[in-house]
Amino acid sequence: MRAAVLTRPASDLWRRPETLLVMLGLLLVASFVMSLSIGAMAIGPVDILLSLFGLTSDHTVASVVMELRLPRALMAVVTGAALGVSGAALQGLFRNPLADPGLIGVSSGAALGAVCAIVLGATLTLWLPLFGSRFLVPVFAFAGALAACLATQMLARRHGSTALLLLGGIAINALAGAMTGFFVYASNDNQLRDFTFWSMGSLAAAGWQGLYIAVPMTLPALYLIWTSARSLDAMLLGEREARHLGVDVVWLKRRIFICSALAVGISVALCGVIAFVGVVVPHLVRLVAGPAHRLVLPGSAMLGGALLLLADSLARVSVAPAELPVGLVTAALGSPFFIWLLMRQRSFS
Amino acid sequence: MRCSLFALLGLLLSTLPLHAAEPLRIVSLGGAVTETVHAVGAGDALVGIDSTSLYPADDRNLPDVGYVRQLAAEGILSLRPTLILAGPEAGPPATLDQLKISGVPMMVLPSGYDLSSVTQRIRLIGQATGHAAAGEKLAADVDREMQIVQEKIATLTTKPRVLFLLQAGRGAPMVSGGGTALDAMIRLAGGINAVQGFQGYKPLTPEALAGLEPDYILVTTDTSEALGGKASLAEMPGIKLMSAARDGRIIEMDALLLSGFGPRLPEATRLLAAALHPDAAVTW
Repeated sequence: MRAAVLTRPASDLWRRPETLLVMLGLLLVASFVMSLSIGAMAIGPVDILLSLFGLTSDHTVASVVMELRLPRALMAVVTGAALGVSGAALQGLFRNPLADPGLIGVSSGAALGAVCAIVLGATLTLWLPLFGSRFLVPVFAFAGALAACLATQMLARRHGSTALLLLGGIAINALAGAMTGFFVYASNDNQLRDFTFWSMGSLAAAGWQGLYIAVPMTLPALYLIWTSARSLDAMLLGEREARHLGVDVVWLKRRIFICSALAVGISVALCGVIAFVGVVVPHLVRLVAGPAHRLVLPGSAMLGGALLLLADSLARVSVAPAELPVGLVTAALGSPFFIWLLMRQRSFS
Repeated sequence: MRCSLFALLGLLLSTLPLHAAEPLRIVSLGGAVTETVHAVGAGDALVGIDSTSLYPADDRNLPDVGYVRQLAAEGILSLRPTLILAGPEAGPPATLDQLKISGVPMMVLPSGYDLSSVTQRIRLIGQATGHAAAGEKLAADVDREMQIVQEKIATLTTKPRVLFLLQAGRGAPMVSGGGTALDAMIRLAGGINAVQGFQGYKPLTPEALAGLEPDYILVTTDTSEALGGKASLAEMPGIKLMSAARDGRIIEMDALLLSGFGPRLPEATRLLAAALHPDAAVTW
């Protein structure tokens, strides 16, 4: 199976790696423009441009474009890139095509934090009046994500083996899942609904405030992952081989692990669990670009962003004036597409 | 910077006389709020509702902006409201923040499961929709009807113990403890909540349920239908052991009527009181 995924397609001009990156960049820009242009409210292209430059007199249109659509589209790009790049890096690190950010405990830890904040919300705001109630869920989700990742890392540190990291992740996921179950069990009807919606992911709450937190935390983390591209390539040969090639494997693992945990942790905290992007985007990029991380990492960033923009646009317009959770859309649309690609790939090889 | 510009812009706009002359376009978020908007005579100005606005039923033709606890800002703004009325349950907070930034006048109504909160909400909605007099009158009517119902209830000699089941399908059924809308409703109708000692809704084991021995079991029509009717409900573990279930002392009521705490509060109280005191010599 890995051979099929890593096989590089015929080197036809349109499939050359550099061309691919340019095309993914164009796709990202096009998706961004589309995401700004469509929504529940019908706003013409001229009005959108005017709003972007602060020239419109219609206050509602201006605030829809500047306070809802623009920060939301930017958040989709940041989140999609974080999920795509972390997924690609972890798949490389574990040399396992099924790895995704959830594997190291981020999502289940964040879910535990979120359900804790939702169910105990009223009590917690009494104790921690510093956080307004609206920051409670993101703060707790982020803390939960980091705590779960740290626990996974500590389990694996003794021997430093990748297999142990994987098993540690599974154990921590199970533990966090069980504790989440307790909170779900103790929750009332409304809290249960709040948590269910949270776990389906949504960009609806994205605003400038969220971006001011997400961007400075995510971009450096993604950059650090990107600078590890060569070491990740070496890891594909095997851990021992990578060590012989001069890669500090322990340091690489720690670095990828921490950066992914940060990038995905902040995205889960702000947007909830968004399925599919982290697993599938790196695969799609690899199907076309081959296994070199120099291409896979930036490719996954752009495709992840573009995909999340498209999915979110669909989530916003399909049942307008209401909207769907974006995690539902990514899962419902992405999975069949991925199945189709895999079947097509097999007939090629 | 951008925010302050918008604030300035909003301030300028709000001072324009033209702004006030626009016809009112209301988006109502919350079942009881929508009921009240109709009851004060502003129903024609509604341009959007949420998915819990189930009464009056003909409103279902209006655009539905989704579940009241999971609202999205752009969908609401796309209806071009000039007034957003949000019930206490409306959320999430991030969406309410986004709506505030948009500059569309918004009123978030205070919560409270008692008569004075109900009449206060009615007055506020009346004032906000420009039907202040109708709001005053409706609030006074609700107040008076409620006094009449309460006087009748005061003459009753029995205080039946009532168990409210929120959901009884999967796992242990949820019952309503203190601080809930249902706890307040049961008290208003001259009953006693059979569940004492904790706040909010909690699942109870069948054994604990059986030990409660309520005089009546109260369910919403939705719960009852989901279970396949009163007969199936009476067969459930724990509930089966109660004499109330054996003797068919199960009361079904519409969820919004029962827990809405809107203008139909007197009607809900009267219906529930009548069901709880079938032998009382009172003409309801």
